[in-house]
Amino acid sequence: MRRGASIYRQAQIFRENPSEALEEVYKVYENIEKKENILKAYITLRPLEDVLKDVRKSLESKKPLSGILIAVKDNISTEGIRTTCASKILENYVPPYDATIINRIKNSGGVIIGKTNLDEFAMGSTTETSFFGITRNPWNIDHVPGGSSGGSAVAISAYMAHMALGTDTGGSIRNPASYTGIVGYKPTYGFVSRYGIIAYASSLDQAGPMTRDVLDAAFLMDIISGKDPMDPTTIDHGIESFSREIERIDPGYLRGRRIVLIRELWEGADRDVVSTVSGYIDKLMSEGLEVIERSFPEIIYSLSAYYVIATAEASSNLARYQGILYGLSEDPSNKSWTEYMAKIRGEGFGREVKKRIVLGSHVLSAAYYDQYYLKALKMRRILRRGLEEILKDADAIATPTTPTTAPRIGEIRKDPYIMYLADMETVTANLIGGPAISIPAGFINGLPIGIQFFSLPGKDLEILRIARASELKTGLHDILST
Amino acid sequence: MSVIIGLEIHLQVTSSKTKLFCSCSADYRNSPPNRNVCPICLGLPGVLPKPNKYVIEKAVQLALALGSKISDRLVFMRKHYFYPDLPKGYQISQYTMGRYSAVAYGGSLEIFVKGRRKIVRIRRINIEEDPAKIIYPEKDPWKSPYTLIDYNRSGIPLLEIATEPDLSDAEEAVSFVEKLLELADHLNITDPSLEGSFRIDANISIEGGERVEVKNIGSLKDLEKAINYEIIRQKRILETGGKVVRETRHWDDIRGVTVSARHKEFEEEYKYMPEPDIPPLEIDHSYVEKIRSLMPELPWVMRERFIKQYGLTDYEAGVLVSRKWLAKYFEDIARIYNKPDKIADLLINDFLGKINERGGRFDLVKARPEQIAELLDLLDKKVISIKILKEILDKIVFDGEDPKKIISEKGLTMISEDEYLEELAEKVIRENPKAVEDVKKNPKAINYLVGQVMKLTRGRADPEKINIIIRRKLGLLR
Repeated sequence: MRRGASIYRQAQIFRENPSEALEEVYKVYENIEKKENILKAYITLRPLEDVLKDVRKSLESKKPLSGILIAVKDNISTEGIRTTCASKILENYVPPYDATIINRIKNSGGVIIGKTNLDEFAMGSTTETSFFGITRNPWNIDHVPGGSSGGSAVAISAYMAHMALGTDTGGSIRNPASYTGIVGYKPTYGFVSRYGIIAYASSLDQAGPMTRDVLDAAFLMDIISGKDPMDPTTIDHGIESFSREIERIDPGYLRGRRIVLIRELWEGADRDVVSTVSGYIDKLMSEGLEVIERSFPEIIYSLSAYYVIATAEASSNLARYQGILYGLSEDPSNKSWTEYMAKIRGEGFGREVKKRIVLGSHVLSAAYYDQYYLKALKMRRILRRGLEEILKDADAIATPTTPTTAPRIGEIRKDPYIMYLADMETVTANLIGGPAISIPAGFINGLPIGIQFFSLPGKDLEILRIARASELKTGLHDILST
Repeated sequence: MSVIIGLEIHLQVTSSKTKLFCSCSADYRNSPPNRNVCPICLGLPGVLPKPNKYVIEKAVQLALALGSKISDRLVFMRKHYFYPDLPKGYQISQYTMGRYSAVAYGGSLEIFVKGRRKIVRIRRINIEEDPAKIIYPEKDPWKSPYTLIDYNRSGIPLLEIATEPDLSDAEEAVSFVEKLLELADHLNITDPSLEGSFRIDANISIEGGERVEVKNIGSLKDLEKAINYEIIRQKRILETGGKVVRETRHWDDIRGVTVSARHKEFEEEYKYMPEPDIPPLEIDHSYVEKIRSLMPELPWVMRERFIKQYGLTDYEAGVLVSRKWLAKYFEDIARIYNKPDKIADLLINDFLGKINERGGRFDLVKARPEQIAELLDLLDKKVISIKILKEILDKIVFDGEDPKKIISEKGLTMISEDEYLEELAEKVIRENPKAVEDVKKNPKAINYLVGQVMKLTRGRADPEKINIIIRRKLGLLR
């Protein structure tokens, strides 16, 4: 496979020439053998023999994803393959059912290659809080890959899978995409079923593609998106084919499009990041893209609102881990239920997870509910209205995806506040439920940095088109080797 | 000292085929433990609830029947507490808080106690899921070496009806719950004869004391006992100068006492949160009107109609209407057999007793209305006596056998009835020698003996026939 080639095109070749597909499987496993020891993208990797068997079968059926290896973040339920959320409490949990999106991938011929590492329960932006150890950035192994979908990002970046699934609650797809030079796309809330995705913060969580380019992201959306009777929060997006819409886009599409730069979202970013991403935007402007600058002072409260809502919902969603039906357990003799559950939860959850559960329980307690949770919900409405106003005469908002490039391993743990700030650019899209995409925008000291486009709920095609035109214009989708 | 009682009644929607948030069968009573389960009602990681539309419809129907105001948005809330019966660590329920509300508010239900009518106001109606069932091998959980959990009950749909504190004694409380169950039965929400189909929490306070919530009351008998126990307990405390503290107590139905709950859980500890997995559901006017138009006849309306249309007494109409199945059965028979008083008599005095012996289970009845009508007709035509009717009723009702067939097979014809009446006549003659003497002096005195025989047949024999039999026996006629 040539450098940078779309899996979308590759899939067409596989359908016509199945032997090519088998070669690519070997190639991927070769890469894994070479790099996985150090990078540690996977928590559970399926053996080559099993995967080959599945690939052969899928090639016979000649379906859209026949022969395509999909890496799956380990908070997405896979029947018969353990699903850990990178937590000790689920270390040996094997789901008896597939998430809806896994079902759809399998039905479309896709083959799950393995389950990728993440921050425990998707809480973090470095993939350092995993019970299974840290994942390293392929561009510089002393740096983190970002998170929480760090394993999936690395699997794509180092060609240890063809496409990957991530989940994004406050930036968990886009942040590692930015740090590892890949495309990460969080669809509109409700476009992709959450059934089977182990919840962190239900009103913010959304799964999405992590891919080599924008066309691949659209291609994977064709498979995984759409209304699901098992998830009452899904909506009918009415888009027949994302990939066909994106395939016909060329750089000329940028002419006359308008993007907004919100001042407050640029002020917190590193100077190098601002200049690299601004330089990228300049190139797009040469194709006729229009850029306007706006101020939206309230947007700085996004981060606070995000952490109140996310921790509140997390404290609720994680209440089910009690050591009774599944997961970590021990002999409950001579303990009250309260003692038993406290012991299991005390031993099973890591520090960051416990911190967020405590925070979330606090903001939901009756005495503080109005002060925190209710205010955060109000902030969500303010954001939505403000951005509706700003986007009245524009197609998308553009920001650096992350305020910095990938931090060094261990750097952020010393000062967690920096980690929370890393979400500054990304949480707004989750709070308003809108689509957001990160694509590579350049390099700083050998580390990738992404540009993010986001918009109002339902405007997925708009940002995908802009992103596709941009990557074609700048040629930065060709940075990944195989 | 006046007593103030408010109730919270949890009704299982036993007519729902599936659980509240998944497609598992809700028929947990006839399944071995942990058979009706799936990832959703087990609360496995990653699952999402899928609300059952039928239950929402039933909740709206109940609200309409009670005259409650129906909310225009249906919002579910998560109520958190750690207990092994709650696999998700929270119960999906409804709660009144800010913009979040229950399915309906207000309304009332009228009860009749001690010849007096009383309006009991409804506070609100909630939809929620039942937790799993915990079974301790020993009665005392603290003495049990292990705990068993049956998740068949996890996710069974419940409607919670809370009243205002309008009740003032156990009798009123029982009467209210009876009335509510009758309504739920008629609306095809709850079959009250099913074990565990309703549970009651009672808030009881006495003037000068705090409110005490008594949980875990599972039957009308227990409700009466629990309230009476709690009233006496609280009165004693107040009379001896003590203070009744605000607390939650559990009804121990085996020992017949209320016991203070070890872990006090006040409302504020439940960390209520809007359920993010279920978008708010709009309940619009046309939806409500559609449900209203499909509403069956309400029991109090039906009762009045029975009195007017069939000439039944208030009591008879009340008993027949108390269960929807019985009321319909009555009407089905009345359509083919035109003596409603006789049907009512049979159903109330003979039929119902047999049902109650079998735990009130109408589903065991195999007799078609036509068969009951035929039976009554045979009685009218004096083909059988009431005694024979009673003998064969079991077979007809529960085996669905044909009355005529049984009678001919067993030779239970008129002859037998004559023999029976002769037996009775002999008995009366034997036991009333003085009256017999009187008859010999004055034949008109025979009416007393006829009356005695009639009494033994509960007035269902033909007096002319008895008269003749006695005259024969006494040699006054040949």
